[in-house]
Amino acid sequence: MLQYLSRRLVTLTITLLGIMVMTFFISLIVPLDPLASIAGPQAPQETVERLRKLYGFDQPVYVQFGKYVSRLAKGDLGESFQTGRPVLEDILAYFPATIELATVALIISILVGIPLGILSAVYRNSIIDHFARVFSLIGVSMPVFWTGLVLLLIFYFKLSWFPEPGRLDIMLIEPDEVTGFLLVDAIIAWDWEVFFDALWHMVLPGFVLGMWGMAGIARIVRSSMLDVLSQEYIKTARIKGLAEYKVLTRHALRNALVPAVTVIGLTYGGLLEGSVLTETIFSWPGLGRYLARAFLTLDLNAVVGGTMLVAFTFCFVNLIVDLIYAFLNPKITYGE
Amino acid sequence: MNAPSASSKLDRSDARRHRSDARRQYWCDTFTLWRRNKLMVVGTFIILVLLVVAAAAPLLATQGPFDQISKDRLIPPSAQYWFGTDSLGRDIYSRVVYGSRVTLLIALLVAAISTPLGMAIGVLSGYFGGAVDEFLMRTSDVFLAFPKLILAVAFAAALGPGVENAIIAISVANWPSYARLARAETLTVKNNEYIQAMRVLGASNLRIMIGHITPMCLSSIIVRMSLDMGAIILTAAGLGFLGLGAQPPTPEWGLMVSDGRDFLVDQWWVSTLPGIAILIVVVGFNLLGDGIRDILDPHQRQN
Repeated sequence: MLQYLSRRLVTLTITLLGIMVMTFFISLIVPLDPLASIAGPQAPQETVERLRKLYGFDQPVYVQFGKYVSRLAKGDLGESFQTGRPVLEDILAYFPATIELATVALIISILVGIPLGILSAVYRNSIIDHFARVFSLIGVSMPVFWTGLVLLLIFYFKLSWFPEPGRLDIMLIEPDEVTGFLLVDAIIAWDWEVFFDALWHMVLPGFVLGMWGMAGIARIVRSSMLDVLSQEYIKTARIKGLAEYKVLTRHALRNALVPAVTVIGLTYGGLLEGSVLTETIFSWPGLGRYLARAFLTLDLNAVVGGTMLVAFTFCFVNLIVDLIYAFLNPKITYGE
Repeated sequence: MNAPSASSKLDRSDARRHRSDARRQYWCDTFTLWRRNKLMVVGTFIILVLLVVAAAAPLLATQGPFDQISKDRLIPPSAQYWFGTDSLGRDIYSRVVYGSRVTLLIALLVAAISTPLGMAIGVLSGYFGGAVDEFLMRTSDVFLAFPKLILAVAFAAALGPGVENAIIAISVANWPSYARLARAETLTVKNNEYIQAMRVLGASNLRIMIGHITPMCLSSIIVRMSLDMGAIILTAAGLGFLGLGAQPPTPEWGLMVSDGRDFLVDQWWVSTLPGIAILIVVVGFNLLGDGIRDILDPHQRQN
């Protein structure tokens, strides 16, 4: 296990270096002169030249890359052309909102996806199964941005069941920021009005974002559950007269959930990317919306920094998932 | 010495007949499996309709996709404008019809770029092993480290918006999974005896890779590609929606959904109807992909 972990960390380091190269490459292929957008179209040639020196664009590529890496090592992602603040500061300010939404979405998708998958497998080819399969088919096929708009139209504009887009009602005062997670901060401040309002604001975007994950999880749980249920030891358990629910919970479910762990990990990555679209629609002040804006305005430092941070997070989540998987599945021994 | 050559001639024509019989049997089985899988029949039907609509767009559309009828702006769906009109007075039905071409173009080109690329890299990597393998696979690790949409969006933003760049961006994000698959497949076949025999006979590495290993990877690559089609279309539509894919006035579905955002409350049809087109096509591709996976699965063929 330790050996596996150390090998995994080595490849992770290589991947992280690769991510830096890649993000640097992305900033290189930009055909527009980023200086033109900083200096403005009417800036005199000297100003542009001075800026070019200032930002180091006049040096050869490898020197720029070296500087880029050493800057990164110091945690300096440069300044956002848009906000004029350091990108790292911006990202850290926006990230908690995204993590909070993605986590809520993940919880929703697990809570719906796993039972749906189990029911679907246990009552195979019944109405429940058909419903679950159609549901997950549509879930993976719906464009996230469209689902978001349709739900907003129905549940906010027409029925007013759910509140306006955003994180909190404008009449409410945000609690003191401790963690950046609104729900947690509200509990710390013991402000239940804020807590429930924030939760209420999260239902629609969380559901839209979670819809896709739900479908994936339900699918994998169904197929692995079917797989397990056809095993001999399940037959044995039944023959020896074990109650059906005990067969399901104690023998089948435990093994069926192992592959689900991997999918749940991947889902988290998918939620991070889905947040770009969902947050744009629900005016969610998170990293996704920040990134979308940065991409559109070609705010280079923000694009590079944000993309890198998302990739780092994704790698980290994958590592954790692999470790959990190794821990759960005794059949897997790594590094021998 | 005449007899053996005569018998081998006989054998050869026999063998040819057996082979063609087997091939016919294979396609008959495929057809039976296809017909039995009702969901796949639905998927095939949806994609066929998509192809027909894309091919016959000028015949099916009631207006040009760019025609602006300024007196008829934001008209609800009616007998004259089946899906209503948008804020510039363009007929949404006709734009949806023409949009099928854009969607199909993106999906096909992404497949045409990313699968051969991924396959070449995967086969090279698996066949040569060692340092080549290590380098290529670590490179693909880096690409896989990014969530696909984020990578595609970053590339689309850097290259500048537009359909062509969206295609490149999505292909860039897509090839590593094909490379992984082709590598795994190559590793399982490369030590087989028939490959060894080829090598003994003096076939070059290139010939073995192209003629004898690549075909073995094809079926799993085709399955993966058909399963990915829906996701590719969703990514392309997402890029369009964010303003990083197709640019106005291209009748791209994602872009059309985005166009209608400002009129969502009172003119619901502008946004929602093009979105339904995306949904239906993606459902079609997903059903077809699932079906193809099942059909190519040798376990299914046995019964």
